[in-house]
Amino acid sequence: MDGTLRTGTGDPIPAGRTVGRSPGRLAWMRLRRDRTALVSAAVLVLFVLVALAAPLIEAAYGIGPHDQFQRRLDGFGMPLGHAGGVSGEHFFGLEPGLGRDIFIRLVYGLRTSFFVACTAAVLSTLIGAALGGLAGYLGGWLDAVVSWLTDLTLAMPFLIVALALTPTLALRFYGQRDEVPPSFGVGVLIAIFAVFGWTSTARLVRGQVIALREREFVAAARASGAGLGHLLVRQLLPNTWAPILVSFSFAVPQFVTGEAALSFIGVGLTEPTPSFGRMIYQSLDYLQTDPAFVLFPGGTLVALVFAFNLFGDALRDALDPRSAR
Amino acid sequence: MLRFLLKRALGAVLTLFTVSVLTFGMFFALPRDPVSGMCPKNCDPQRLERVRQELGLRDPLVDQYANYLKGIVAGRDLGGAQGGRCDAPCLGWSYVNNEAVTDTLARVLPVTVSIVVPAAIGWLLLGVGLGMVSALRPGSWWDRAAIGFSLTGASVPLYVVGAVLLLVFVYTLRWLPVPAYTPLATDPLRWAGGLVLAWCSLAFLYSAIYARLFRAQLLETLSEDFVRTARAKGLSNTRVYGKHALRAAIAPVVTVAGLDVGAALGGTVITETTFGLPGLGRAAVDAVRAGDLPMIMATVLVAAVFVVLANLLVDLLYAAIDPRVRLG
Amino acid sequence: MTAGEPLLRVRGLTKHFPVRGGLLRAVDGLDFEVRAGETLGLVGESGCGKSTTARLLVRLLEPTGGRIEFAGQDISRAGRRALRPLRPQMQIIFQDPYASLNPRHTAGQIIAMPLQVNRITPPDGIRARVRELMELVGLDPEHDNRYPHEFSGGQRQRVGIARALATGPRLVVADEPVSALDVSVQAQVVNLLRRLQRELGLAFVLISHDLAVVRHFCQRIAVMYLGRIVEIGDRDDICRRPQHPYTRALLSAVPDVARRDRAGRVRLTGEVPSPLDPPSGCRFRTRCPSARERCAVQEPALIRRDGGNQATACHFPAGASA
Repeated sequence: MDGTLRTGTGDPIPAGRTVGRSPGRLAWMRLRRDRTALVSAAVLVLFVLVALAAPLIEAAYGIGPHDQFQRRLDGFGMPLGHAGGVSGEHFFGLEPGLGRDIFIRLVYGLRTSFFVACTAAVLSTLIGAALGGLAGYLGGWLDAVVSWLTDLTLAMPFLIVALALTPTLALRFYGQRDEVPPSFGVGVLIAIFAVFGWTSTARLVRGQVIALREREFVAAARASGAGLGHLLVRQLLPNTWAPILVSFSFAVPQFVTGEAALSFIGVGLTEPTPSFGRMIYQSLDYLQTDPAFVLFPGGTLVALVFAFNLFGDALRDALDPRSAR
Repeated sequence: MLRFLLKRALGAVLTLFTVSVLTFGMFFALPRDPVSGMCPKNCDPQRLERVRQELGLRDPLVDQYANYLKGIVAGRDLGGAQGGRCDAPCLGWSYVNNEAVTDTLARVLPVTVSIVVPAAIGWLLLGVGLGMVSALRPGSWWDRAAIGFSLTGASVPLYVVGAVLLLVFVYTLRWLPVPAYTPLATDPLRWAGGLVLAWCSLAFLYSAIYARLFRAQLLETLSEDFVRTARAKGLSNTRVYGKHALRAAIAPVVTVAGLDVGAALGGTVITETTFGLPGLGRAAVDAVRAGDLPMIMATVLVAAVFVVLANLLVDLLYAAIDPRVRLG
Repeated sequence: MTAGEPLLRVRGLTKHFPVRGGLLRAVDGLDFEVRAGETLGLVGESGCGKSTTARLLVRLLEPTGGRIEFAGQDISRAGRRALRPLRPQMQIIFQDPYASLNPRHTAGQIIAMPLQVNRITPPDGIRARVRELMELVGLDPEHDNRYPHEFSGGQRQRVGIARALATGPRLVVADEPVSALDVSVQAQVVNLLRRLQRELGLAFVLISHDLAVVRHFCQRIAVMYLGRIVEIGDRDDICRRPQHPYTRALLSAVPDVARRDRAGRVRLTGEVPSPLDPPSGCRFRTRCPSARERCAVQEPALIRRDGGNQATACHFPAGASA
């Protein structure tokens, strides 16, 4: 206890300079001890790496996502060989019909899915946090408007509206016969997800902020003259990032399956863009004749979403507010 | 209580009104010409012009919307090509199906209800059962199995489950007929046989969510003071769980269930597409593909009505159980 | 400002909260003054409107009626912009050292907050000022990157005090600053506050339900009951010659080894009436041992007797009638 105690203070102050352990750091330590979290995180990192390195993988693999191998299909357009044409050359076999390589299309499909889902999750989380935070802190008519907007958003049938809106928007911006660029489809998809996906985050943040706004540290900041921006961004939101992070981690897989679902019912991403959902949708026609075609995209999608959900659960446990403080 | 009811009902009507305005605006105001979107190819210009006339697309947008609303409330006269008089909840005329939209709805709604209601009963029972088993023995193998099941259920997309079920039970084992809809009144057995796969895949997906939700709720309730008090009073475990904990934990589940059922009734698009069942969701997809505007409007509105009604019902249930809600 | 001019002047201060079933009269007509460097203690039972008063004084709440003048300026209706230049001069210390510190900020960030919000850059920089403040309140400056949950209750309260002092205020309102602390730590924190008050020449409004704390700390004492001040005066007058029966009851409830029992104990019976529906006339009459008919009819004004500094709101004050 070398000189750490000052006269007049009886509170024990541990000696030496220690680095403060923030609540986030504690959660991180809990997360690192969780085996499920580690495994699922490793799987996710692998997926992300694959998605990022898609062009490199293409170069190493030697086959592009649009290359066709008609010679390896039989007279009915079915791939030759076992399990949908799996071979050392084509890891996951070939698509019936066009004869494209499934593996490299999955790699690129992963890239598209990640891009769409992550961007949409970031946007919807931002919208949700902003609206929920404002509604929770200010209350009154703004709160009423936001909760009514939430009700309205939930009342709109997402799939049907997305289904109807996508071609309508394409028609609005491009003519009847114009070529619609793939980036437009991706943009519309992200916008639709963001517009429909913010409600749960908003609700969560609103609840948290309502619980926090009467706390005295908020009053202390107000007594110092802090404005709305400081109160929300510096005081309140740092205390809600745990639920925000968790809802973000659940939003990403939700949008991955959402993208697949939309492609599945025929909107979403159009042909040149590789997509999980469309592959699965196309594969269902070959359920009997070429089950391997269903298995590879379906299995990859399930593995991806499963890893996300496991990680989200682990994250929630690690950030559990009841174990905090 | 009455004031609360009135406020809620008013909010619901306002929401529905806005949904209808939004949908109307989206499909009538946004594109340059919805009619050319309705038949993308091989439409002769005269037919297009006639359709434009009959849809009233030459009128100002506000008049069009007013007419549409009037049709819903009081019915209206459509042109001769549209079957003439269209009675009270008139949602317009579908050129694609060549019948009044309400007739199409009357045909497809029973299918969706037949899919959703039994599936909902299934997922509630399964979800609550699983959640209870895992919450009562947290950390046990039962718990782990239930968590594993629910995580899988939450991770596998509906169409993948459906595809696998189809592959195994219909195409490989041939235990079940190819999914199809037979009215319950015609032949209950065939009704069930044609829908059982849809029920199972929906139940698998949703029960997973409910198991997680109910487990978390029950664990939280069991750690609360009043349960400890009940235990300290010497009540048996069965009574503690049955009388106190379950009742407290089930309320949020009921809320979510109400909303989910409402949303599902609004269109089990994926399920119906996977199994080729002619329900509301399928009708919506077909309408969008064919550019059948009145039908798109109708499906969106009906879906919104289901969600809003479910919301209202849950609110009322809550208010009946918990008087504090009425005050807030 | 001249020496005689009060730093804080409160006139007819009221705060009513609309609640279901009526109007909650939390604060119902307060008059008092605090001069620069002076310490005023506000005592009363829980629910008498002390905390509301604290929040009104630093304008966390807007008063329903009355005036608050700070340094000669009326701040009772001032908006955020108008209050901005005054905020650094008046600060508040809260009761709960757990709720009053943002769990996501380090002690250093918490103490620096008022400086940053008011865009004040101390001559040696914010970091140096934070370390100086931490030393001032008896914290190890090396602990500035620790989080609240790593401190004890007393240390947290020191962080809260350092934050209140960061901008160099002239007035500090302390709302039950020690009542959430362990008894052993309470004395240390009270002594710290007293030292700081003297060293920095702060004007202090100390709010507490504990008359012992207030008596130890304050030059002047105001006793509150149901949203009103029933007695106000210099500490020695209030403690030695309490005139209001409520003050006497409070004083006799304080355990004090040094006090010779002169008048015997005054015990309070019954509950504090609801501020939703305060009694007619004198609010204390329902629990007053010497209440008479007049007390139910006429509300006693807070008036000085025998020309002293002590003012009492009672029709039959102890000094006069007994």
